[in-house]
Amino acid sequence: MTLDKSYLEYPNRRQGMDHDLYDFSMLDRRKPVAWPNGAKMAIWVSYSLEYFPLDQPSKPFKVPGGMVTPYPDLRHYTTRDYGNRVGIQRIWKVLDKHGIKASAAVNSKVAERYPYLIDKINARGDEIIGHGVDMGKVHHGGMDDAEEKALIKESLDVLRKTSGQAVTGWWSPGKSESWNTGKHLTANGVDYSCDWGNDDMPYQMNEAAGNIWAMPHGDEVWDRTIIMDKKHNEEEFCEQVEDAFTVLNGETDQYGGRVLSIILTPYIMGQHYRIKYLDQILGWIMTQDGVWSANGAEILSAFKEQA
Amino acid sequence: MKPDLELYDYWPYEGRPKITWPNGAKVAFWVAPNIEFYELDPPVNPLRKAWPRPSPDVLMAASRDYGNRAGHRRVMDVMDKYNVRGSVSLNIGLIDHHPELIEEAKERDWEFFSHGIYNTRYSYEMDEAQERAILEDSLESVMKATGQKLAGYLAPALTHTERTIDLLAEYGFLYSCDLFQDDMPQPINVKSGRLISMPYSLEINDIIVYNAYLGTPRRYGQMIKDQFDQLLLEGEDCGTVMCIPLHAYAVGHPHRIRGFEEALEYITGHAKEDVWVATGREIAEYYYENYYDACAADIAARKGG
Repeated sequence: MTLDKSYLEYPNRRQGMDHDLYDFSMLDRRKPVAWPNGAKMAIWVSYSLEYFPLDQPSKPFKVPGGMVTPYPDLRHYTTRDYGNRVGIQRIWKVLDKHGIKASAAVNSKVAERYPYLIDKINARGDEIIGHGVDMGKVHHGGMDDAEEKALIKESLDVLRKTSGQAVTGWWSPGKSESWNTGKHLTANGVDYSCDWGNDDMPYQMNEAAGNIWAMPHGDEVWDRTIIMDKKHNEEEFCEQVEDAFTVLNGETDQYGGRVLSIILTPYIMGQHYRIKYLDQILGWIMTQDGVWSANGAEILSAFKEQA
Repeated sequence: MKPDLELYDYWPYEGRPKITWPNGAKVAFWVAPNIEFYELDPPVNPLRKAWPRPSPDVLMAASRDYGNRAGHRRVMDVMDKYNVRGSVSLNIGLIDHHPELIEEAKERDWEFFSHGIYNTRYSYEMDEAQERAILEDSLESVMKATGQKLAGYLAPALTHTERTIDLLAEYGFLYSCDLFQDDMPQPINVKSGRLISMPYSLEINDIIVYNAYLGTPRRYGQMIKDQFDQLLLEGEDCGTVMCIPLHAYAVGHPHRIRGFEEALEYITGHAKEDVWVATGREIAEYYYENYYDACAADIAARKGG
């Protein structure tokens, strides 16, 4: 067996990226931005409210956090549901204690099944961002285009109708997209995506990606990455949040305002034995000088005013 | 397939000809930032998938791109702060994609070595002409962009064929980072010319620490310090080599850069009689000049131990 000669051909070997979705740009060479009221750090807390169906497909890949055992995987189904019932209440209390307004990524199936959660989010003043229909319906390369359009429309229609919010942000289930996701999102009134974790600041993607804004919502400072995938404990998670804050904050004098994205999963960080550590680290952050708690739409709006 | 490519002979760690690095240093220390380009929609190699999800694998590709856009600055700033010149493990295609990064490394007199064309193109199943094309592309592209004649090689994503190591020697490479059998350089058995294995690392390599050992960033820094202490101790008997291989897409995150900085501060805080801070090429050239022949003779004399 030998490789076809095309394996050594590089049609996209050129300056910049090897695709048209966005342009290359080095973070340290951009114009500094200033956040409202002289803040140095925008603190963007987001959490996800997700519905994992028992009959989730495993093709083309299993969604992170999805079912594991043979059907019916009641163990993981109910563990995930714990987050929507119990864990989120603990997270909300901590956010309230420290005056944090967050972004809530919500599967539209959650809005239909548990309208109580939508009412609570609205009462708190948190931003709702689209998070697909449910965790069994991932967007992916090669999927049927009409199917993807329908999923995006269903998710946004349900979330907008049940919440009354504009819903201008989007986080695809599993942070997975097709080649067309960006275009379909902006055609449906979405302004920003949380799927591209390649930057520490917002940037606008190209027409091939619907000119959508990519927000710095990487998969790193995220309880599911650090605690579930990397197997670090809750104190080690909080140490990493602290170190991320310290490093980004230390860069603001030279480079201007920065964003610290902290992503929380109610069935993970909302556990009884973990919640006090979240309370400690968010309490520490919110008492630092020059911090601004904001949701994704607010951060992007402040950024765009200066872009 | 063969049970052993017989690239090197068994050579016990004790009783070797004593190596002393410049200034009497016991450890030759080098840092190898991998500056990599991962294609969003690469062609498929039958033996290894580039991405776990169908293209575009936004999650994985974006995480790699983070290193070039954002993480790179932090890594380079820390290395500047402690006066460490990098030996760049370079995906050669990146010269075309991101000349900005090449210029910054050139300004600092960093070394470049080849890490294949892209980290999403694997050597598995390449025929000899294809593998030669990779090496010739590497030599020409790096010479043209930097004026450097390539000295080192690390196969792209550590994918090899039976002939990779022989070809490196034939093309005049000085060292290979592909072999992990030792904490000192070793003459390699090649069909023509000379080649040494250069200690790189798959132990304190950031990707291994973070993704295989699931270490925390603070633990990563401590592992590096502990490795240095041990190699410094053993280097009194015979000089050792220590490499920190890293990737800006891993180490360069705000929650991780501190571990790397603390490790560099610790190592470079030692006297020059203890640690020689060098590049891969400098270590290889010093070894060829002073120890290659003695070590080759010792290996021949002690063959099999």
